[in-house]
Amino acid sequence: MKILMTGNEAIARGVYEYGVSVAAAYPGTPSTEILENIATYPEVYCQWSPNEKVAMEVGIGAAIAGARAIVTMKMVGVNVAADPLLTVAYTGTRAGLVLVSADDPGMHSSQNEQDNRLYAAFAKIPLLEPSNSQEAKDMVGLAMEISEAFDTPVMIRITTRIAHSQSLVELNDPLERLVKTFERNPRKYVMLPANGRARRLVVEERMHKLAEYTETVAVNNMELQDLTLGIITSGISYQYVKEALPTASILKLGLTNPLPSGLIKEFAAKVEKLYVVEELEPYIENQVRSLGINVIGKELFPPYGELSVRMVSEKISGQPGITVAPVFDSPIRPPVMCPGCPHRGVFYILKQLKLVVSGDIGCYTLGAMAPLEAMDTTICMGASISAGLGMIKAHPEMAENMVAVIGDSTFLHSGVTGLMDVVYNGGNLTTIILDNSITAMTGHQENPSTGKTLMGQPAPKVDFVALCKALGIKRITEVDPFDLETVKETIKTEVAVPEPSVIIARRPCALIIKNTEKPLQVQDCTGCKMCLKLGCPALSFDEENKTAQVDQALCTGCGVCIKVCKFNALRKAGDA
Amino acid sequence: MSKITNVLLVGVGGQGTILASKILTHAALAQSYEVKMSEIHGMAQRGGSVVTQVRMGENVYSPVIEPGEADFIVAFEQLEAYRWAHFLKKDGVLIVNTQKIVPLTVLIGAATYPESILGDLKERVGRFIELDGLKLASEAGNAKATNVVLMGVLSKYMDFPEDSWKNALVAKVPAKLLDLNMKAFASGVVVAK
Repeated sequence: MKILMTGNEAIARGVYEYGVSVAAAYPGTPSTEILENIATYPEVYCQWSPNEKVAMEVGIGAAIAGARAIVTMKMVGVNVAADPLLTVAYTGTRAGLVLVSADDPGMHSSQNEQDNRLYAAFAKIPLLEPSNSQEAKDMVGLAMEISEAFDTPVMIRITTRIAHSQSLVELNDPLERLVKTFERNPRKYVMLPANGRARRLVVEERMHKLAEYTETVAVNNMELQDLTLGIITSGISYQYVKEALPTASILKLGLTNPLPSGLIKEFAAKVEKLYVVEELEPYIENQVRSLGINVIGKELFPPYGELSVRMVSEKISGQPGITVAPVFDSPIRPPVMCPGCPHRGVFYILKQLKLVVSGDIGCYTLGAMAPLEAMDTTICMGASISAGLGMIKAHPEMAENMVAVIGDSTFLHSGVTGLMDVVYNGGNLTTIILDNSITAMTGHQENPSTGKTLMGQPAPKVDFVALCKALGIKRITEVDPFDLETVKETIKTEVAVPEPSVIIARRPCALIIKNTEKPLQVQDCTGCKMCLKLGCPALSFDEENKTAQVDQALCTGCGVCIKVCKFNALRKAGDA
Repeated sequence: MSKITNVLLVGVGGQGTILASKILTHAALAQSYEVKMSEIHGMAQRGGSVVTQVRMGENVYSPVIEPGEADFIVAFEQLEAYRWAHFLKKDGVLIVNTQKIVPLTVLIGAATYPESILGDLKERVGRFIELDGLKLASEAGNAKATNVVLMGVLSKYMDFPEDSWKNALVAKVPAKLLDLNMKAFASGVVVAK
């Protein structure tokens, strides 16, 4: 049976079909749905880990112990997981271990555009690049085979257009899920320098064997047609090439580390003009050049953004096509904090107090956008607290004028160590933890503060107050983010105090609670537009009547705007 | 259908473009077409512009539709029709739900919602259909079925047998909402006539 599946669904199906027993991940676009779909196969144990390094290590442990394991993450997550990854490349594992890196060319939902194929080369591990959902599923099986045959972790690298595009997939029956016994082998798995040096040589031997294997593996193949034009390509770029240049000869590469030098030379010798078409870095191109082959690549295609059928067609034919630009000037519609979002009031107060805000990654990063515009830095997961400490070390007086803001999931991901550093190295930083007890931005995944696991089991909740206390924070205040007055007074007090402090603003995400409040009404509005500064999608200005108006379908009755209005014009239904 | 048909569904997060695309692809698969569909998740979930791309035909490679290449654009909201209009082919069909959802940039006074959207589009696009899908869906029993009304309109331009659409609704819509959605779909079909 063939059904439509996204690449992410197909990888999950592959996990089910190819005998994988353990799956771990931290959510991140465009990778999140892989684990969410694995959770629909109860045969596979799966879990959200607090961060990608932990997820990677859970996968490593499972695979060393004898179970096929898969670990998935967005590309920046691999930076977090790089430490275990680069060493497990030395040890290998007893059962198959596969890392899925979901890259995001075009930065649809990411803070950078790194090309993680370079990680595979750096870690000296095999790399597979599917070009559609069928291949994404099949490559889970191939990756497991390679992992076990060569005793190495394997990376599958997908991109947003593979992860989130649907194409047809043939479903097969699952293999038997066999878990081998654990066998002690400290010389292989205890990476003391002496053992590491021995394994280092194994890595080189393995790469030599893989270099032979990659020449004949079925996923690296030539599609010979018109020999005047030859294209080397991989991943989604293959689809663009097939559509743009239907008669061209193609060397399609599925296993791209190590690259098949022999096959590349053979292909290059057959075709008149040779191109490499790949998104982001000249990863294949540089290696083809190093074989002494003259090839055209990045002088035509940009090292950033996504490619397209039109771009491939125009650049290679040399004929500029018709540029189709937007015809109408349309106001942008950026994502916004939802009506009833508990983050909104906190950012309103931060803006009012004119504080420097060291920000972090989550829905609340939208606090950087107009009209709230209350965020000064966002670098990576967890950086709010540690970068805030750095600012204070550069300018001690800034402590009275700044806060770090971080969500519950991000705090647990990598904020805890930053807060530990604040206490240890005496930074008088005020940290605000926006606690909605869920990983909201990526679509409400459970985390250690939620009370539930990915597989639906009840779990203990992290006690943020006890945790901060244990780190040595003496001043911890819990506030209701809808109570703007208290939020404001607490922030003012805590930034003024010359010691580290934590404010926990706690409210569930507006999208997951069953709301019982009625939408607000407007009465005797003076038209001052103060409430519009909250940036709530439910509030707008009626130009005819010169009053604020409340969208009755959107308003959740959270009442934050009531506290902002100086004229008591916004009221709960029934209130005088 | 030997060539590829490109359908772009554009709207605002929460309007049900994804369900609409599932109904469309289900019906297309019944014709033994190769189908590819692409969507972007992530930040767009928070009330931003959303776009779902469906391509169907004999051999479909790229999952992405390029500017000037859409045979059909189904816009769930006026401003989104405006924003994506340049994706339409010269002789393409533009179906617009006349609902307005004002973006935050306009709400806070940083931009204005263009007044002339429908007029401008009518002038530019030969094959232009506007409808109050929200009203039709409400009349069928639930405003949320606007997406299904719009698929009803689109169905008149696809050469799929009626049964394929019915089967798609049965497969993709919860059973207790099926009658309502059948009605919503039928009201869209009437508009297209």
